[in-house]
Amino acid sequence: MFLDDTIAAISTPVGEGGIGIVRMSGKDSLSIIEKVFKSYKGKNVKDMKSYTMMYGFIIDPNTDEKIDEVIISYMKAPNTYTREDIVEINCHGGVVAVKRILSLVLKNGARLAEPGEFTKRAFLNGRIDLSQAEAVIDLIRAKTSESMHIALEQSQGKLSQRIKDIMNRLLGILAHIEASVDFPEDDIENVVSSKIINDSNEIIKELEHLIKNAETGKILREGLNTSIVGKPNVGKSSLLNALLEEKRAIVTDIPGTTRDVIEEYINIRGIPVKIIDTAGIRETQDIVEKIGVEKSKEYIEKSDLIIFMIDSSRPLDDEDLEIIELIKNKKVIVVINKIDLPMELNLDIIKSNFNEENIVFASINTEKGVEDIKQKIEDFVFSGEVKSKDIFVTNVRHKDILFKAKESILKGIETIELGLPLDIASVEYKDAYLKLGEITGDTAAEDIIDRIFSDFCIGK
Amino acid sequence: MYFAGSYDVIVVGAGHAGCEAALAAARMGCKTLCITLNLDSIAMMACNPSIGGTAKGHLVREVDALGGQMGIAIDNTYLQSKMLNTAKGPAVQSLRAQADKKRYQEYMKHVLETQKNLTLKQDEVIELDVKDNKIVGLKTKNGAYFECKTVVITSGTYLKSRIIIGDVSYNGGPNGLFPANELSDSLKALGISLRRFKTGTPARINRRSIDFSKMTIQPGDERVIPFSFMSDNIERVQIPCYLTYTTEETHKIIKENIHRSPLFTGDIEGVGPRYCPSIEDKIVKFPDKERHQIFVEPEGENTEEMYIQGMSSSMPEDVQIKFYRSIPGLENAEIMRTAYAIEYDCIDPQQLKLSLELKFIEGLFFAGQINGTSGYEEAAAQGIIAGINAALKVKNKEPLILDRSDAYIGVLIDDLVTKGTNEPYRMMTSRAEYRLLLRQDNADLRLTEKGYRVGLVTEERYQRYLKRKQAIEEEIQRIKKVILPPSEEVNEFLRKNNSSEIKSGIHLYDLIKRPELTYELTKAIDKERPDIPYDVAREVENQIKYDGYIQKQLQQVEQFKKIEQKRIPDFIDYNQIQGLRIEAQQKLSKIRPQNIGQASRISGVSPADISVLLIYLEQLRRKKGE
Repeated sequence: MFLDDTIAAISTPVGEGGIGIVRMSGKDSLSIIEKVFKSYKGKNVKDMKSYTMMYGFIIDPNTDEKIDEVIISYMKAPNTYTREDIVEINCHGGVVAVKRILSLVLKNGARLAEPGEFTKRAFLNGRIDLSQAEAVIDLIRAKTSESMHIALEQSQGKLSQRIKDIMNRLLGILAHIEASVDFPEDDIENVVSSKIINDSNEIIKELEHLIKNAETGKILREGLNTSIVGKPNVGKSSLLNALLEEKRAIVTDIPGTTRDVIEEYINIRGIPVKIIDTAGIRETQDIVEKIGVEKSKEYIEKSDLIIFMIDSSRPLDDEDLEIIELIKNKKVIVVINKIDLPMELNLDIIKSNFNEENIVFASINTEKGVEDIKQKIEDFVFSGEVKSKDIFVTNVRHKDILFKAKESILKGIETIELGLPLDIASVEYKDAYLKLGEITGDTAAEDIIDRIFSDFCIGK
Repeated sequence: MYFAGSYDVIVVGAGHAGCEAALAAARMGCKTLCITLNLDSIAMMACNPSIGGTAKGHLVREVDALGGQMGIAIDNTYLQSKMLNTAKGPAVQSLRAQADKKRYQEYMKHVLETQKNLTLKQDEVIELDVKDNKIVGLKTKNGAYFECKTVVITSGTYLKSRIIIGDVSYNGGPNGLFPANELSDSLKALGISLRRFKTGTPARINRRSIDFSKMTIQPGDERVIPFSFMSDNIERVQIPCYLTYTTEETHKIIKENIHRSPLFTGDIEGVGPRYCPSIEDKIVKFPDKERHQIFVEPEGENTEEMYIQGMSSSMPEDVQIKFYRSIPGLENAEIMRTAYAIEYDCIDPQQLKLSLELKFIEGLFFAGQINGTSGYEEAAAQGIIAGINAALKVKNKEPLILDRSDAYIGVLIDDLVTKGTNEPYRMMTSRAEYRLLLRQDNADLRLTEKGYRVGLVTEERYQRYLKRKQAIEEEIQRIKKVILPPSEEVNEFLRKNNSSEIKSGIHLYDLIKRPELTYELTKAIDKERPDIPYDVAREVENQIKYDGYIQKQLQQVEQFKKIEQKRIPDFIDYNQIQGLRIEAQQKLSKIRPQNIGQASRISGVSPADISVLLIYLEQLRRKKGE
């Protein structure tokens, strides 16, 4: 926990409008931006006056790659929102640019802000009026429960499992070092440097793999949860196949419900989307009956976005109405399918329940309307209506953690190769373990001790 | 019942915690009484005949740096000394010395007896007298009533203790001493929640019945480094220990009789420590391990009793005789004292403040095994802090609280008070976040100033500390200025030590940082090197060699301290704080942390709860200001 280190976050809804803003607050803001920013006119960031802007480029200092054309603004403490030094990077609003810039400042010394942390600092530093205290608390609570919701979903996901595997191996290394250090006279197998280095290299490979996945947006559990619902034979599976195209990333089975529901991961215009595909049960007559009302509700509840399909060649029936009842308070794209057939549908009921803007007329079999649906998904994400920002931030956060864990392990290897004593290497491995624990919620001290006692027979 | 006198501080118990507590309070000028069940068991080592070991050695050094007695006592009465982990890095090196148990006790008893302001008394405390949530006195079995301002309970493993040897069990304290059966009830009546822990000790065997030719001799170090910063040369002829192993036969005997072990029959309800398992535990838990090592250690110079480390047990006596005799060298072993398990009452340490004062009874302090710890050193560490804080309380001064970046003592107390413990707590270096800073070699640099400020460190010790500190600083400054030329002599030296040669001048400071070189080695090319004491040289080397890592931890500590210094007022009602989750409200109400850092370490309190708490405190502060 820190009180006054330098924090960073995306301060605009991702993709909204023309620009995105990455904001930093804290005493290192300026020295961090100095590392990653090059002024167009060759000026030095350190010479910036408070409340001025500078035009230039964000450049990755490691690769010299130009990431985006930006305008940075600098506000010097104490006359700022947080009463700390603030630097804002105004960049092009695209998801990719904002994310990469945030990653870059994190790599160069900033920490990802906790939910509501800018506001918290503003309050703690006396910038916000006392009467606002409760509002601040509410904000922190709301933001935290939002991200908790995501975190919870993720903790059950595959990434979390893989990170736990990595942590488990790290813990093995740590426990061995620590056992040999804390119980030098017990009969414990010697810690062999070459074995630690081998294990470390394997862990690094795995971390690199996950970092790469994070970069391509393939991290499993963080897609936008989307369900396609609708009664049988309405064209759900056709839509899914149309959306999948060649871009199908990974297919996973939800354990236990393999035959009922399948999760598909697809990439729609750069947005990772996880589709809960109830089409897997298309052979039966009644979705609700097959998986049960409760289950359907559960999937709908879990979804950030619902794609509701209706057959325009049939009148609305009880089944449609039942579904409408279930989803009417969610974010919904209504797809009126089979418009190439004669229209039998009463559109008024649809229009009275859903926003007209979100209705798409389509004929999936002829690919008509598929692009419109993609556009709608994108609109939802970039308008901030669905919780896109948190998803992206989570992605950035994970990448940052994975990256920092990797750095620590590399340092650990270095200390061992230099022939430095084990307790120094142990500091680095512990750092890596603690970092990864920020994703899974595990802490080090007791974990290590538990592991020592389960791996080694120790005692006087 | 008669009125027996009035004291500033009364220490109940005279084990390792009690001795330090009583000495600290008396030395700080308080009129102090120390009551113990038996004056012959002052500073008794009920289990292993050694002081120190990993992390524990650090604790002894810290107690010493604060002005405690344990380090000086063991330096005066050791039989053998070893620095452990010399090859594993500066932070985890720890001293461990074999003690002459009886001489240690005698030494400590005499220090207590001759201490100004301190009265010793043999009696059993049976009841505490508390008025308006404040301790005012206590009653003893002999019918005395003592009035007092503060009490430190250091009752060790004696409360309602029960000895278990197989199917034999009886009420009794360690080592054949009486238990204290009444104090527990008095504590319970005061609303203090108790729990039951268990520990054990191996058999003692007559040296004359042991065949040492079947064992490996374990000598002490050639250069003996004292525990105490006050000790100089303490060389002596050292007495060896011996190493042997269990055999297939040992394991067979234990397995065949495992049904007779009370651990498996359910006769023991107390929770035992994982790091100190009985031999039967080890064999059941690690069935693949073919043998376990056994150290045979002397208990003293004037006794033939030998301590069999690694063989604690609660098996029946007849089984014990069989399996001890299955070990090479112990075939004819004559068991003088049988191994036993002991169960005892202790308190839940989460009821204490960081000062070791009970949260809800003013002036009542607890230290040592009663708090759920294990080990002489852990006890002494708490004892000195409880003694200091009882004395400070008498003087109406703020308590001395060491935090996790100050000392292992800080880690120990914070762990106990904030996280609690489910087994007898033993200190381990892995528990310390800032291990590279909390070295045993710099305990005086970390703590002596603090000990001096509270009035426990003597002028003599303080001057010694200043002198050492200055010598270290001067030598580091001197080395920083030494630049070595790329001469043939220097490069010849580097070649000889498998270090890469230099082409231009280099700072001696940077050469010492090279892993293959040491301060000692570079003497050959450092013409102006002054003659400095060994301990100063070690400290200089550690500070130079690990400078980068030390700096990194210092930065972490800086952040840590900021959070630790955010104090939480005593009167906070957590149930009134909107936005705290219920679990957080409950945990915070129970622990009542003294600062934000402590609050953040409570399990079940999330970072968001801490944010809410911070905002609430700021709200409070501003309202007060308005």
